[in-house]
Amino acid sequence: MIGYIVRRILGLIIVILLASLITFILMHAIPGGPFDELKMPLPPEVKANILKKYGLDRPVWEQYIRYIWRALHGDLGVPFQSPTETVTSLIARVWPVTLQIGAITIALSFSIGILLGIISALRQNTWIDYLVTTIATLGTTVPNFVIAIWLILFFSVTLRWLPTGGWGEPKNLILPVISYFLAPTAVIARFVKVNFLEELRKDYVRTARAKGLPERVVIFKHVFKNVLIPVMTLLGPMIPDLATGSVFIEVTFRVPGLGRFFYTSALNRDYPMIIAMILLIAILWGITYLVTDIIYAYIDPRIVFS
Amino acid sequence: MRDIIRIYRKNKLAVFGFFVISIIVFLAIFADIISPYKYDEIDLANFLQGPSLSHPFGTDSIGRDLLTRIIYGARTSLIVGFSVQILAVLIGVPLGLFAGFYGGKVDYWISRLVEVMTAFPGLLFAIFLMTWLGNGLFNIIIALGITGWIGICRVTRAKTLEIKGEAFVEAAEALGVSNSYLLFKTILPNIIRPIIIMVGLGVPQAIFGEASLSFLGFGISDPLPSWGKMIGESLGYLQGYWYMGFFPTLSLAITVLCFNFVADGLRDALDPRMTSRRKG
Repeated sequence: MIGYIVRRILGLIIVILLASLITFILMHAIPGGPFDELKMPLPPEVKANILKKYGLDRPVWEQYIRYIWRALHGDLGVPFQSPTETVTSLIARVWPVTLQIGAITIALSFSIGILLGIISALRQNTWIDYLVTTIATLGTTVPNFVIAIWLILFFSVTLRWLPTGGWGEPKNLILPVISYFLAPTAVIARFVKVNFLEELRKDYVRTARAKGLPERVVIFKHVFKNVLIPVMTLLGPMIPDLATGSVFIEVTFRVPGLGRFFYTSALNRDYPMIIAMILLIAILWGITYLVTDIIYAYIDPRIVFS
Repeated sequence: MRDIIRIYRKNKLAVFGFFVISIIVFLAIFADIISPYKYDEIDLANFLQGPSLSHPFGTDSIGRDLLTRIIYGARTSLIVGFSVQILAVLIGVPLGLFAGFYGGKVDYWISRLVEVMTAFPGLLFAIFLMTWLGNGLFNIIIALGITGWIGICRVTRAKTLEIKGEAFVEAAEALGVSNSYLLFKTILPNIIRPIIIMVGLGVPQAIFGEASLSFLGFGISDPLPSWGKMIGESLGYLQGYWYMGFFPTLSLAITVLCFNFVADGLRDALDPRMTSRRKG
């Protein structure tokens, strides 16, 4: 078990190093850099000085090794778009914004998703079942920025109930969360429905019913528990996704979170920011997979590590 | 083949999706004849006009007819959707075949590559590739193709592994056919169905991807129309000019949805085993 975890962590480190190396090399292969002189021509000495300050005059491999060395000491460099901060402090400043939306979204999508799933399993082929299926199809296939725009057109432009975007007040949260939580809610609802129906057909349910237990007890005491465990496995992959924020939602609603900074970083070719974010995402994914696998093993003793 | 069509036609949504997509394909092909204006025709006297008889979907901030741009946008979406899948098949199928067939070191390195690619979140990596490649139709296809072959490769590898040990493959091997014959003439035809299913699912994903990149401004460059770009441009105008955001989002949603219906129908028709498992 411990050997397995150690091996997995080593594998994770290799994948992250590879990911960072690829990003780093691609980044430096980009024609044009952050100090292109289209907008304001610089004297060559000044430019050389700037490049030297940011270490951009060194060969790429040396820059990479220096970068990794500093990153291991918690120094991810200085973002070009905000030179008075460090990348670490910028991320620390904007991440809570994204986490806030993410946490609300996860809480809502799990509670509403499980509820809708159960309802549509118990009331199969009724209007509520069809409604859930329709929302599920829309939520998983239509891009969330399309749903975001429909919400803006309806709630902000037509009804004038909610702001079209911005940040700072609780009402700014509503539309981003709705456009965000539709897809995961749909996935959860569908998953719960399918599992629930499967579970209902099992022998122990028949036994419970046969011995005369009320339906309420059968559903909530017996079936519910067995459905809940597989649903929890959906939580894993959602966390890094939501924690890194949807670029599209944050751009649409002008939310100053991690996703929007990824966007501005890509626009401005802000190397240190982009690499830091890609690394952050890769690490979050890696840890999530690892933790999920380990939890699986604890829940289900049939899984053997090899 | 007749069976496939029969099962497909049982799925009403898939038939409906196919019908709608046929219309979209028709519009895209004959865009030059159908559309009332030219897609890059600027009419500064009539900018930001609401829907009217002469401009059914209104005009944008420099007076271009939005209906025309939506029709041409269909062309952009379809070109990207299909080209990306062609590229993804060209990368994913051979890699999957090699990994599954040769095993050992080949499999090890291809699997590691797939793993690294999964560690990058797809669209963010595509955004990043676009900053590197620069905007444009061709570059979008490259960026989405490079990030879009993983699923196809995985399926191809798994299916190759599955049938590698079957009698007809062994028989062909015993007959002494070359490896390339074995791979492409013996194995590939037998795993073509799951690959087609993946491609069916991949087309709407690629259309979605193009729209997303263009929405952020990393995609199609002016004056070529793209729904995603039109949606992105509408952001600043939603307050007073609802139609700028409404029509392109509607077109994109309908297209992506109908392609998904078709993909579902294809899956039912090509892999009846999956259907029975999915029904619940």
